[in-house]
Amino acid sequence: MDYFAQQLINGLTLGSIYGLIAIGYTMVYGIVGMINFAHGEVFMIGAFIALIAVLSLFALGVTAVPLALLLALVIAMALTGLWGWAIERLAYRPLRNSFRLAPLITAIGMSIALQTFVALTQGARSKPLPPVIRGGFTLSEGNGFAVSLSYMQILIIVTTVVVMAAFSYLINSTSLGRAQRACEQDRKMAALCGVNVDRTISLTFVIGAALAAVAGLMFLAYYGVIDFFVGFVAGIKAFTAAVLGGIGSLPGAMLGGLLIGLIEVFWAGYFTAQYKDVAAFSILAIVLIFMPSGLLGRPEVEKV
Amino acid sequence: MKPLLTVRGVETYYGAIRALKGVDIDVFEGEIVTMIGSNGAGKTTLMNTVCGDPRARSGRIVFDGRDITAMPTHEIMRLSIAQSPEGRRIFPRMTVYENLLMGALLGPGDDASIKEDLATVFGLFPVLERRQGQRGGTLSGGEQQMLAIGRALMGRPKLLLLDEPSLGLAPLIVRQIFSVIRDLNRTQGLTVFLVEQNAFHALKLAHRGYVMVNGQITMSGPAAELLARDDIKAAYLEGGVHA
Ligand SMILES: Nc1ncnc2c1ncn2[C@@H]1O[C@H](COP(=O)(O)OP(=O)(O)OP(=O)(O)O)[C@@H](O)[C@H]1O
Ligand SMILES: [Mg+2]
Repeated sequence: MDYFAQQLINGLTLGSIYGLIAIGYTMVYGIVGMINFAHGEVFMIGAFIALIAVLSLFALGVTAVPLALLLALVIAMALTGLWGWAIERLAYRPLRNSFRLAPLITAIGMSIALQTFVALTQGARSKPLPPVIRGGFTLSEGNGFAVSLSYMQILIIVTTVVVMAAFSYLINSTSLGRAQRACEQDRKMAALCGVNVDRTISLTFVIGAALAAVAGLMFLAYYGVIDFFVGFVAGIKAFTAAVLGGIGSLPGAMLGGLLIGLIEVFWAGYFTAQYKDVAAFSILAIVLIFMPSGLLGRPEVEKV
Repeated sequence: MKPLLTVRGVETYYGAIRALKGVDIDVFEGEIVTMIGSNGAGKTTLMNTVCGDPRARSGRIVFDGRDITAMPTHEIMRLSIAQSPEGRRIFPRMTVYENLLMGALLGPGDDASIKEDLATVFGLFPVLERRQGQRGGTLSGGEQQMLAIGRALMGRPKLLLLDEPSLGLAPLIVRQIFSVIRDLNRTQGLTVFLVEQNAFHALKLAHRGYVMVNGQITMSGPAAELLARDDIKAAYLEGGVHA
């Protein structure tokens, strides 16, 4: 039981990170119908910007860890958002009306270009961040196994809940969110209602990138080390999460993220760590056989 | 009368196909103008060209004194043109209420005006009030048509573009919708450009009419005169006089 509780906590932590990245995949798919394969790299860039920001803030004498993390979060969200904006503007928008595979191929190219860019400018070796938040609670002890909940894990889960609540409010209850959903459902009609469709699409990339930056900072703080390749694996997991939850569905992305995180951690905890990725993908395959549009996705036919 | 919409020599292409072949249209403030024509004549294309999608390849479109020929769609609409488009295009996964709020983007935008306009629309189409929380995609065809018109009215447009509001509706509902349009025109001076297959009703409602054939205007004049012409009766009113 204790072991189970521990895996649950670890799984939720990892799932939070996947969920935040998955939202970016699902939102972009929803509004422009493409898989942004470079989104994993946007997450990686977010983590790098966060790392540089934290270290710079420490160097500048901002030694209060909560303040430094908060500032780094804001900086990473803003600058990564800018990257998201630029990627859409330069690489995807010119191809928006071309044949369907063009943006897909461009996204793969963009992904490689961003990895290479970071490897060249930051070096290929992994970059450590000294542990910034130590300690935690010991929830229960006994039978020789202690369940611990670190402050870091609490911070990650709480931040994710707050960010997702704010994000859901933005999408469901503000006129900006309504415009976003309108573009997703009928771009032409949205324009006829006076919505600036190009700007709304840009904004979608910016929001997705900013959420990926939140995940990037959390990943960095949790694992304490990043390199130019972290976006690849995390990106594929988050993409899997988005498909599992139902691509295009925002609650689906959050749910899918949590599930992938849990599956991975539980598999590694109870079976073997080597096969944790196989487990996640197998479950995805099984779900898709029985629910082709994912757990919370809507069937393709309903698309009017 | 002040010209509100002026279309001059407009040509629109779909690839190599010339769908509009030099169209001239005038809509003056306070008028109801209709355009009739058979399937594929180019009526929807004209309405959409006014809204900038597709764009006119040549010619000029002026709205309220401004050249809108090259403007992006959302900017044209923000000059206060609202369209209830062919096929209704209700946002299927938004509620009736949210669909109406989308229409309000073209209006003044403050809470008080939105509330007032909601009350007006619910007054015209009480069924929408009862279905406020229902998803647009699950409404019946007639309800969707009312919602499309209601959504357009939420923007307090200077010019209301209606593309076949009677399509697929029972005669009773058609009459109801047309009488709403007539009332708005009389009481508030709303200017309306109406595209219709249902030529009889449209010409009864409108002040002036145009006939489009194959991307060109072939006839125009006061609606009553067009309605009386034998060639129009033969071409567009056969079986249409059922009211
Ligand atoms: N997106 C498009 N691509 C290619 N051709 C098109 C497109 N839209 C319309 N057309 C063609 O342009 C012509 C005019 O079409 P339009 O929709 O304007 O006709 P309409 O008068 O509105 O007809 P209806 O009364 O059936 O709605 C038709 O021949 C149609 O096939
Ligand atoms: Mg038409």
